[in-house]
Amino acid sequence: MRNCWIKLFGLIVIISFWAVPGVSRAEYDYVDISHPFLRKIPMAVPLFKKVSSGHETDQLSESASDLLAETLEFTGFFKLLDRKAFLVNPQTDTTFVSVNFHDWTSIGAELLVTGGVLVQDNLVEIELRLYDTFKEQLLVGKRYKGQVADIRKIIRRFCSEVIYTLTGDRGIFNTEIALVSTGTGNKEIYICEFDGYNPRQLTHTKNITLSPAWSSDGEWLAYTSYAKGKPDLYIKNLRGNRGYVVAKKGINTTPAWFPNKFELAATLSFSDDPEIYLLTGTGKIIKRLTYNKGIDVSPTWSPDGKSVAFVSKRSGTPQIYIKDLDSGQVKRLTFQGRYNTQPSWSPRGDKMVYSGMENGHNNIFVVGIDGQGLIQLTHNEGDNESPSWSPDGTLIVFSSTREGPSRIYVMTSYGTDQRRLLVLKGRQTEPKWSPRMINK
Amino acid sequence: MQKKLWIILAMVFVIPGLLFTASCAKKAVKEDTSLSQQAQDEAAEKARQEELARQRAIEEARLKEEAIQKAKDNFLNEDIHFEFDSATLTPDAQEILKTKAEWLQNNPNVKSSVEGHCDERGTLEYNLALGERRASNAKSFLVDLGIPASRLITISYGEERPADPGQNEAAWAKNRRCHFTLN
Repeated sequence: MRNCWIKLFGLIVIISFWAVPGVSRAEYDYVDISHPFLRKIPMAVPLFKKVSSGHETDQLSESASDLLAETLEFTGFFKLLDRKAFLVNPQTDTTFVSVNFHDWTSIGAELLVTGGVLVQDNLVEIELRLYDTFKEQLLVGKRYKGQVADIRKIIRRFCSEVIYTLTGDRGIFNTEIALVSTGTGNKEIYICEFDGYNPRQLTHTKNITLSPAWSSDGEWLAYTSYAKGKPDLYIKNLRGNRGYVVAKKGINTTPAWFPNKFELAATLSFSDDPEIYLLTGTGKIIKRLTYNKGIDVSPTWSPDGKSVAFVSKRSGTPQIYIKDLDSGQVKRLTFQGRYNTQPSWSPRGDKMVYSGMENGHNNIFVVGIDGQGLIQLTHNEGDNESPSWSPDGTLIVFSSTREGPSRIYVMTSYGTDQRRLLVLKGRQTEPKWSPRMINK
Repeated sequence: MQKKLWIILAMVFVIPGLLFTASCAKKAVKEDTSLSQQAQDEAAEKARQEELARQRAIEEARLKEEAIQKAKDNFLNEDIHFEFDSATLTPDAQEILKTKAEWLQNNPNVKSSVEGHCDERGTLEYNLALGERRASNAKSFLVDLGIPASRLITISYGEERPADPGQNEAAWAKNRRCHFTLN
């Protein structure tokens, strides 16, 4: 794990550990990971203390503390308290090292994050601490050194530490989202960071390109493109200029990577009927997964790779089915509504999110894999489609036309905190959350 | 007295005689002109007939050309349509496909793409598959009518290329279609 911290480009990140008395998730049940959004923990993130002086320090300390607050708020676990209610001024208060916890508990903060920022030349040294104010305990403290330009990476890394300390999981701060946008006049694939920052165009096919899918290691992206005049499947390496193409006759679409393998499922219709196949990452057919005349499309894998869910019209209307790969048995999952498509299997294995259409409107639903516990997450504000889970299973990204043109939104897995992720020129659709990326 | 009688007699005979000769002479002239006139008329008539025939031939050729163009235009412009979420060929669609099969039979060197399209409701990936089913069914129908499968390619565009961008039932009905192009 230490190797992850060493960067190639001169970014120096130094970690100092404080002796933190044996904190483990089992001891402190901060976030009930099975019901993480039942109650948001009140958290305070005051402006960071300026250890150096000058204009750059002023700017950086403010933007860094804002970014930290925003990033933690993004998870949906915390309620960030308004700075106006704070009793402490971090600049004049000389007690950066020792905190008067009563100042924080009295305004209702249960968690506190403080920071100290020192800027010199183009380098920043930032110290960040997470406290439990009621237990009056330091939970995690880190010191980072790096280029000023890398402040976002530093903040994200500390957020990872915070979430790890509180939940045992590293969270989604090193993830990205692929999406389709029509800004250039054609549908092309774009990638942005999990919070919508730094969108950049990935494909330049100048034709219809859609349906992105990330491999488990984040190194490959599969997608469908009409670059050669018909819907072919492209398997592109994200770091180098190489890849593979599946260009059989008919459609080659809806790629879905097998968990932790260089294999993917896809819908191919070269047999004159759309069926789902398992392919190698180089595009060769391994085996056929569906045997039903009529539409079978949109595969999604269980996290253990033992089952695959998909959309089929075998009972007359589009519904979601699950196939057990060992037994070959196919079971129907959705019985409510006459048009259920776009399934995505939760990385936790227990739930399926999908879009269901009623009266011409699409909404997002979640149901247990056992068919129980159906909940509707969006309610008739425009069309809500293409749901995709964050890799920790706590958040769902989707597209919505509630404002008019289709935009990308994020919400918790319970449907709360629905907010727009970003706005690009044109219409944005088909978001797909990446796995955790090793080098972010 | 006798002189007068001779004069009158002469006049009685001469003048009509003169008249006779004159008219005879006229007649003789008439006959001459009508002969060449007749020839001329016949020639003119013949020319007119030929001209008419030629005009008719041109007209026929033009009509034939128009019909060929119309049949080709029909092949390209007349789409078949579908019910919502259905790839089944309606009786209307089947009639149109029969005409298309005929055209393809008459133009045996031609290859065609059958495009499958959907309206914008419903979801993207499902619509790609539905478009493919529509194109595939249309192709099968044509193959059953004797068109070799190698002459037909199917391409689904799902909901990506609507014919009508409107968001109403009329526009959606137009978009649920198979469209034919030539390769």
